[in-house]
Amino acid sequence: MNYSIAFKTIVFKEIYRFLRIWPQTLLPPAITTTLYFLIFGKLIGDRIGTISGASYMDYIVPGIIIMSVISHSYANVVSSFYSTKFQRNIEELLVAPVPNWIILSGYISGGIIRGLLVGIVVALISLLFADFAVHNIAIALSTALLTATLFSLAGFINALLAESFDDISIIPNFVLTPLSYLGGVFYSVAMLPTVWQTISMGNPILYMVNAFRYGLIGVSDIDIQLTFIMMSGFIVTLTLFSLYLLYKGIGIKN
Amino acid sequence: MKALSLGNLRKTYSNGFEALKGINLQVEEGDFFALLGPNGAGKSTAIGIISSLVTASSGSVSIFGHDLKTDRERAKSCIGLVPQEVNFNQFDTVKGIVLNQAGYYGMPRKLALQRTEHCLKQMDLWDRRDTVSRRLSGGMKRRVMIARAMVHAPKLLILDEPTAGVDIEIRRSMWLMMQEVNQQGTTIILTTHYLEEAESLCRNIAIIDEGRIVENSDMASLLSRLHIDHFILDLAEPLKTTPIIDGCQIELISDKVLAIAIPKEIGLNQLFSQLTAQNIQVMSLKNKTNRLEQLFMDLVASK
Ligand SMILES: Nc1ncnc2c1ncn2[C@@H]1O[C@H](COP(=O)(O)OP(=O)(O)OP(=O)(O)O)[C@@H](O)[C@H]1O
Ligand SMILES: [Mg+2]
Repeated sequence: MNYSIAFKTIVFKEIYRFLRIWPQTLLPPAITTTLYFLIFGKLIGDRIGTISGASYMDYIVPGIIIMSVISHSYANVVSSFYSTKFQRNIEELLVAPVPNWIILSGYISGGIIRGLLVGIVVALISLLFADFAVHNIAIALSTALLTATLFSLAGFINALLAESFDDISIIPNFVLTPLSYLGGVFYSVAMLPTVWQTISMGNPILYMVNAFRYGLIGVSDIDIQLTFIMMSGFIVTLTLFSLYLLYKGIGIKN
Repeated sequence: MKALSLGNLRKTYSNGFEALKGINLQVEEGDFFALLGPNGAGKSTAIGIISSLVTASSGSVSIFGHDLKTDRERAKSCIGLVPQEVNFNQFDTVKGIVLNQAGYYGMPRKLALQRTEHCLKQMDLWDRRDTVSRRLSGGMKRRVMIARAMVHAPKLLILDEPTAGVDIEIRRSMWLMMQEVNQQGTTIILTTHYLEEAESLCRNIAIIDEGRIVENSDMASLLSRLHIDHFILDLAEPLKTTPIIDGCQIELISDKVLAIAIPKEIGLNQLFSQLTAQNIQVMSLKNKTNRLEQLFMDLVASK
């Protein structure tokens, strides 16, 4: 059977959803990041000087972009899939001859597109503040893509396992936001005491922030190759786990 | 060809409740089949399993020869489901809901648009196509679900209480629509609590109670098992005493209304000639209860 039509239907539905509610999905990141650039980048950054040879503004731009990609790819899938499940219109997909991997890839694509679109919006805003030549566009783009994929998958699993609307805000508030802030968006881990440097190495977001920063301005605290291996490993694991949950019908079937 | 075949189907929900206790059922291609039973009997559970919304604990489901476990996608393509409860996205438009479903079934855009228009017109919803579905009335929402279920022209249409909460006029038009669809070759499985609806539409019937099939036969032979018919007669003139007719039980409900229980072998002609002989004029007559309803009560109560 040819599933491309079903796949496109899911993806277009997802895109249409976040575009229709753009004041909730696209506008807030534009406002928050403008504030980040103004306050941290300009007001405070001017007094900080440079980190690893980059101006503070240039240093934080990649981290802020990737942080937006993370939170929006995650948020898109978790809220869309959870409300689909909550309203029970997931049943429209379950009765149809749509295999689980199409359901998964449709929702994940929606999350990736939203994440990258927000990333582009934030990047365009950053052009007003920062000024650097892109160091390695391929590394920057592939890091953004893999990051969006990874967090869309995580959002999907969260939505499957969630049993209430509270359950879909726990991970973003208590895991993603802290890990992002501690992921070296606003500082270099080299500035931390050794113990904290070691602890930070356990934070996956640190790797993505640094790989993306390397792609944009050529500065990184972390081995880029290791980042790609880690991201791929996470993506494979989360994909298999999602497919397993779908196969078992966990969270969507009685 | 069997449109549906259930083999020893069982379902125990996660809370330990056994909703289906080994169901065997066959529905022939082209049939108009009634699945009846009291609240909580297990009808929706069975339908849920057939349409992949509920996981069976054990047993087999085969749809037009395609096993639901081993030939899942093909089995699913044969089915159109109208669920008991509204389950579409309340923020989508009527047209969007039906179009999306066509997409999930892999229908190319152009054909999907044609089919959507056709089904919405059939359900008398074409004028409402751009309405956001949460603004529809309950009966309209139900019709949206019927249009959605038919968009891919399924060979087996399963309707779980489609006429609940629908006004008389729409209900009649739904009956016509279901009969028309059935005549065009679509097999229909219908659940309903309106037994006269099942009686007039369906050819075969299964009654399920507490997770077991308690009756499964064709409507005609089931109804012929009723040996006594109950009628209510409206009379032209008031009566003072209850008339007596051999073999019949008669009750004077009010001075101009009689309730009569009459065995099949007596027949209405004999009844009327006796009434005429006693100078009793009958203005109108109706069944006391629906015949199927009587059988149903007997079967479900006799456990
Ligand atoms: N998710 C569930 N968890 C536990 N028990 C359930 C669940 N869903 C249904 N049941 C139970 O299974 C039994 C059968 O329910 P089902 O919905 O199949 O009945 P039904 O025949 O469709 O009834 P109705 O005519 O009221 O729609 C009921 O006792 C119900 O309480
Ligand atoms: Mg039911």
